[in-house]
Amino acid sequence: MTKTSNISRRKTLLGLGAGAGALAAGGVLPGSLGFAQAQSSAPIKIGFQKHATGIGAAYGRWYDVATNAAAARINEMGGINGRPVEIITEDDATDPGRGAEVLEKFANQHEVDVAFGTLFSHVVIGSAPRAGELKLPYFVVSEGHHVASGMLNRYTLQPGITDVKSQVISMAPFVADNLGKKVTMIYPDFAFGHDHRDFFSEAIEAQGGEVVAKIAIPPTETTFTRYFPNIPRETEVIYHVMVGPAVLTFVKEMGEFFGPSRPEIFGFIDSLEAVDIQSPGLEFLEGTYFWEGMPRYKQANESEAASAYRAAVGVNDSGAAIDDPSNVATYAHMFGCWETLHVIKAGMEAADYQGPADRAKLIEAVEAMSDMPESIEHPQGDKVFNGKTHQAFGKQFISKVGDGRLDVVHTASIEDGLYEDEVDYTTRSF
Amino acid sequence: MDFGPHLMLASIEGAVISAILVLTAMGLSIVFGVMRVVNVAHGEFFMLGAVFAWAVSTMIGGHAAFGFVAALLIVPVLVGCIASGVDQLILKRIDYDVDRTIVATIGILYIVQQSTLMLYGPEARPVEPPFNTRLALPWFEFGADGFQMIWPWGLSVTTYKLFVIFAAISVLGVLWFVLTRTKIGLIMRATQQDREMAQAFGVPVNRVYSWVFGLGAGLAALGAVLVVPIQQAHYLMGGDPLLLAFIVVIIGGLGSLPGTVIAAVLIGMSDGIISVFFSPTLAKIIATFLVAMVLVFRPQGLMGRVAA
Repeated sequence: MTKTSNISRRKTLLGLGAGAGALAAGGVLPGSLGFAQAQSSAPIKIGFQKHATGIGAAYGRWYDVATNAAAARINEMGGINGRPVEIITEDDATDPGRGAEVLEKFANQHEVDVAFGTLFSHVVIGSAPRAGELKLPYFVVSEGHHVASGMLNRYTLQPGITDVKSQVISMAPFVADNLGKKVTMIYPDFAFGHDHRDFFSEAIEAQGGEVVAKIAIPPTETTFTRYFPNIPRETEVIYHVMVGPAVLTFVKEMGEFFGPSRPEIFGFIDSLEAVDIQSPGLEFLEGTYFWEGMPRYKQANESEAASAYRAAVGVNDSGAAIDDPSNVATYAHMFGCWETLHVIKAGMEAADYQGPADRAKLIEAVEAMSDMPESIEHPQGDKVFNGKTHQAFGKQFISKVGDGRLDVVHTASIEDGLYEDEVDYTTRSF
Repeated sequence: MDFGPHLMLASIEGAVISAILVLTAMGLSIVFGVMRVVNVAHGEFFMLGAVFAWAVSTMIGGHAAFGFVAALLIVPVLVGCIASGVDQLILKRIDYDVDRTIVATIGILYIVQQSTLMLYGPEARPVEPPFNTRLALPWFEFGADGFQMIWPWGLSVTTYKLFVIFAAISVLGVLWFVLTRTKIGLIMRATQQDREMAQAFGVPVNRVYSWVFGLGAGLAALGAVLVVPIQQAHYLMGGDPLLLAFIVVIIGGLGSLPGTVIAAVLIGMSDGIISVFFSPTLAKIIATFLVAMVLVFRPQGLMGRVAA
């Protein structure tokens, strides 16, 4: 192409510049100047990193429900410091690279006050360093031990859900005392599964038991029968925790493998989150045990706060959406979003948060928290927050499958799951 | 688990993988053989088969068998029609140019995948198998009491998995018959050998291409309908079958049907056995390594012919 066009490059640039100027004056471009004066009544923007697609999609859907329900409640009560809360949702595709990009988008394009989300530990681990660089408070609801282990930074906090290490430690005594001492573990082959492997092996040994085999399964796997022959014959208890879209296949194939002669089975409900426990092929689960972060089926002694929360997120007594009973919730985890948003609210109020300049004050205010008693803000139960490790600790439930539902048979207290601090984030600079 | 029963279980698993793989790879191979089109969207037609199988079986309701049989009959035809439409709408218009069809099918891959995400959602949904009885399998060994039959822990297969193997063999038989003993097959082979000469002899080449593209996609969809009661329908499930089908087709020889069958059984069985005894990652590594070796030492594949 040698033919030159009539419009010169300079003219084009000029025109573009004028257009952009006009847009900015009209307040169309983000970050235009007219906004500063309205600061006090402008909404507080919370960027929500959602697993809308990818292997975490079922969690994303329900984290979204809990998040929006909590935001609606906070706005009904007058918002935060008199300002409404606005949730800005972006899909992280359950992918660590994309997760970090989403945080950048939050900081630079949406100009959010804080970022919030997400479950899958590889996404959190991929995103958190970026949050630290952007100096953007990042509240995660991922269960992983990566926050309390010290591998992340001062801007990353997990105030709404107990971490895996604590959950696992509090489960081990029940498993050793009631189910058996020789355990085979089946877990997903990434950070979250490795947390289970390492901490449960340690915890069961402390109870006089041992892990006789560790079977790691890639999280994108779709067939599982070929892994089961590695389960040693001496196994007394199967400990399983799986994630991803194929969890139903996993549990079904486990049933087909064992047939009528199964060992005791203890699983994390992650293996069946968002899956109906009465699905065909799951009959063999009768009499097996599950960890639950919060009981999916309404218990006789469910607290008033827990019932109010259940209603607010639109979930029926069997843990599925009220308007669509085939849509089973990720009930054991999603309370974390609700509680975290209420912690953000409490923190912003304590810090008298006005805008991004107060982000450090917000983090210090959250670090100063400790007891979080059971209430509508904390419907899962009492929590203790450790400001040094940025991690919350709550009670845990063990439920038994019977008559096609889950009922709590044991509740582990907060003390059962405490461990020594591994980090003091408060000594790190902002 | 002892070595013997362990190997037997691994072989059964491998046979199921091979059965599905052979159908998927056959579709890819026929399309390449006749049309010289490398269909990168092949895995998405597989996925569409699974998703439609879910839709059909949910719509039919009643006993699981009704929904499954309906899916088995309707879905491959439906996916085949969609693929033929794609051929008419896109591939024909770019003259089946080798480079441009690759780019076009990559585009189709994303269009199909993201449309499914928008319409069907990101969930994995199960289809109930029409029958699924667990059969415990016996094993024979010389113990302290001489020759005896034992029932090892976990050594079992389900009737449905046996059906999948049987169904794949039957479909292959029919396909072989159609390709070698009927006029349709003759026309396809004529088009494959020399497009212009076939056209000169009155073969409607463009229509044959549409049919073949539809047939390839339909075979993938059929594999998916068979596998979906074992796995679940999910919008990202097309990736693995595409990769494995390519591996099989490269090893077997692009466009060579016997080569495709041999390679599918080889890859499926080794995937089953290696992943049971070692790890599934190692199985994938070995398969990919095999591809590299075949490309270096026998670029035309095991059964492929060197271009004259």
